[in-house]
Amino acid sequence: MDLIFLVILLGVGYFVGSYLEKKHYQDIKKRERQTLHVPVVTFGAKQAIPHGNEAALFLGSVVVSADYFKMFASSLRNLVGGRVVVYESVLDRGRREAILRMKEQAISWGATQVVNVRLETSTVGSQSGGKGLAAIEVTAYGTGIR
Amino acid sequence: MASKYSDQANSRFGEIIITTLEGVPGKEIIEHFGLVQGSTIRAKHVGRDIMAGLKNLVGGELKGYTELLQEARKEAVERMLQQANFVGANAVVNVRFATSSVAQGAAELFAYGTAVKVQ
Repeated sequence: MDLIFLVILLGVGYFVGSYLEKKHYQDIKKRERQTLHVPVVTFGAKQAIPHGNEAALFLGSVVVSADYFKMFASSLRNLVGGRVVVYESVLDRGRREAILRMKEQAISWGATQVVNVRLETSTVGSQSGGKGLAAIEVTAYGTGIR
Repeated sequence: MASKYSDQANSRFGEIIITTLEGVPGKEIIEHFGLVQGSTIRAKHVGRDIMAGLKNLVGGELKGYTELLQEARKEAVERMLQQANFVGANAVVNVRFATSSVAQGAAELFAYGTAVKVQ
């Protein structure tokens, strides 16, 4: 009985999870193409910026979690160690989404570039007694210049 | 010259410029006031926790948490600006954010920067 329940959870996690992931990636790629004209750079603190420009802080954040299947797969992975491929895409999506949110805000303000961008990743309290990857927050922030 | 940290339009300190740079473009720093900081610790509420638990099954973004943390970060920035305003600064430069989870289900959001006067 428990086994059936587990298989159902795994199945739902796998199929719905990978469908949502595929859709999210399509969305990310589309928005990345749309915002390609505004460069996002991690330097800028020590560069001189042309006189008369305006600057403002922009921030994008997202909390992501892995699906049930990925948690299960990674707990198996834990036995032998090595690359946890299933989690890589979760964090990749989160990071790209956070950068996009920051960028889109900056663009609507009229920014021509976003400089001195910093990325931050943190765990925000785990559920189910700290087992598995619960919720990861990715933050991207930088200074928009127009 | 307006500074807009996403929702800063409705902040009480809308005229304070915030940047992650070491200065404000087009302006000169004439006075340093030192470090200003703001922090807040937030816990998730049960309703959101249950929803997030369900969402955990299929993965992806946990919208409730994203909103919660955005609100909290706004609060942290607001407190930082309050300090900056108190010392008489009109800009906060080299701003950094940090997040740490301090207890089960609670996270600290922290913002710090250097308060300066620019001209």
